[in-house]
Amino acid sequence: MLTILFDGIAYGMLLFVLACGLAVTLGLMNFVNLAHGSFAMAGGYITLVLVNRHGVPFFAALPLCFLLTAALGALFERTLYVHVYAKPHLDQVLFTIGLVFMSVAAVDYVMGSQQQYITLPEMLHGQINLLGLNVGKYRLLIIVLCGLLTIALQYILASTRFGSRLRAAVDDPRVASGLGIHVSGIFALTFAVGSGLAGLGGALGAEILGLDPTFPLKFMIYFLIVVTVGGTSSITGPFLASLLLGIGDVAGKYYVPKFGAFVIYTIMIVVLIWRPQGLFARATAR
Amino acid sequence: MSQPLDQDIRRYLAGRARWHPFEIAFWVVALASIFLLSSKHLILTEIAILALFALSLDLILGYSGIISLGHAAYFGFAGYVAGLLAKYNIVNEPVLALLVSGLAAAVLGFVTSFLVLRGSDLTRLMVTLGVSLVLREIANQAGWLTGGADGLQGITIAPVLGLFAFDIAGHVAYVYCLAVLFILFLVARRIVNSPFGLSLLAVKGNPLRASAVGISVNARLVAVYTLAAGYAGIAGALLTQTTQFVSLDVLSFERSADVLLALVIGGTGYLYGGIVGAILFKLMQDYLSNLTPQYWQFWIGLVLVILVLVGRERMTSWTTQLRTLLARIGPRADSVEAVPAAPADVRAAPADEH
Repeated sequence: MLTILFDGIAYGMLLFVLACGLAVTLGLMNFVNLAHGSFAMAGGYITLVLVNRHGVPFFAALPLCFLLTAALGALFERTLYVHVYAKPHLDQVLFTIGLVFMSVAAVDYVMGSQQQYITLPEMLHGQINLLGLNVGKYRLLIIVLCGLLTIALQYILASTRFGSRLRAAVDDPRVASGLGIHVSGIFALTFAVGSGLAGLGGALGAEILGLDPTFPLKFMIYFLIVVTVGGTSSITGPFLASLLLGIGDVAGKYYVPKFGAFVIYTIMIVVLIWRPQGLFARATAR
Repeated sequence: MSQPLDQDIRRYLAGRARWHPFEIAFWVVALASIFLLSSKHLILTEIAILALFALSLDLILGYSGIISLGHAAYFGFAGYVAGLLAKYNIVNEPVLALLVSGLAAAVLGFVTSFLVLRGSDLTRLMVTLGVSLVLREIANQAGWLTGGADGLQGITIAPVLGLFAFDIAGHVAYVYCLAVLFILFLVARRIVNSPFGLSLLAVKGNPLRASAVGISVNARLVAVYTLAAGYAGIAGALLTQTTQFVSLDVLSFERSADVLLALVIGGTGYLYGGIVGAILFKLMQDYLSNLTPQYWQFWIGLVLVILVLVGRERMTSWTTQLRTLLARIGPRADSVEAVPAAPADVRAAPADEH
């Protein structure tokens, strides 16, 4: 029971790191980015190449992966995404689906279509006894890392100058730019960090979620659920939504394996009937 | 209502519904393809089915502004229904089975429409995608009924109307699909040119104002979503009947994305968009998958990206221009195509119910 809870939390934390970038960019620019999973996949494959082919230590590869994916995100944002912000949602959907298709086929071409595994260092294998509970070392690492990241993100958003600018821009981009806040610059930076976090999530999650070219398609619905259920106004909303989804999914797959896949959809439908604007959304819908 | 206004409206609706010579020419060409392109009937059948599917998506996307990422749900659901009806000899006659399957999909569309219509564009994306994924998972799990990942095998389809047996070259299948497409096209044409169709356009333009002039927004959307689901269902059932096989593939995300792409290539918001788009999309897919069997999706993705970056309006403006041009050539053109111009922008109005 506790083990399932633990696994669920690890899974949920992972989902949060994967999806939080999407929540912020969506809230900021009202931009539907279905290609968010492609950046996560890119991060996974970057780590794979670094660790398996070039022998970079796993812990050194993670920050490298973050930086590289963030750079990739910034590149795409500045060259392609900027042209699509002002377009209707349908265009954004088409554009990002196009990117997903391209990334899936390109990764398939370069890396092959089979499932890939990142070689983990010896010390992350096996289990550890924590307060009388046997937990996987790797999952513990994920919880610790993602927990630290969440605290850091919360701190940046709530207590720094950049964070207050970002929140102002999310609340009302027009007024924020009227006050002299450089909204598009903030957005580019946020997009890059969000992509980097997704890449990091993809790297960490390769062991748990699996890594193959169809990754962006498989997890698109998860990201959408996290963002719509959690809302885009704060970082706690998506965080709680990720935990709910992670624990629900793991518990569902464990207790009712035959119907495990339906649990997340049931959560989605129930939340939607109960609170159509999202669980943690503010009362005012824009 | 005052008499002149009443007459004006009547005249306007009649003008919208009038057949243009080029429309007639289009269907004459389609009819001619039965005889002239008999070696291409297999791909033409696929085109006709995709065209009907795209037509159904156009009803909700082009005429009411709902973006759906899971329209394959209804397509695949009815595909399975049609397969099961034929396999277990419940309804043998294909046309009757087609109607039953379409009705089943419409019922599913009606039930799910209440979920879909809540919330914003983003929520709709999630829900439509979620509905199709749930159905796919059900079809996957219920292996005893659907054959699971192997697909539903052992379907034999009886002759159409008890007279025309399906042949291996697909001649009967093509004529059958084309006839169904034509009849359903006529029905859709009648619907979008009715006062109901006009009210849908009003809802798409601005839901808040539409409700202010007395249109019950949600009821209209539920109605058109149900209708579109039924149309998609008939397209799915056609696919089952002509291929005598159903697999999980009919419910996949790629199928929903493909039909969206086909519709967007042809242009949204006028009924021929889906048909033209289906022709272009299938030809492109055929060409690309011959070129690179494994990676053709890359090029489809590239087409999408370029389409959006260059501007969907600009890319598909040729259809708009062509239509205005044709309307100018046509007889008494002034009242025919004057108003429903500029179909390209499908943005739902920013103001939701709140």
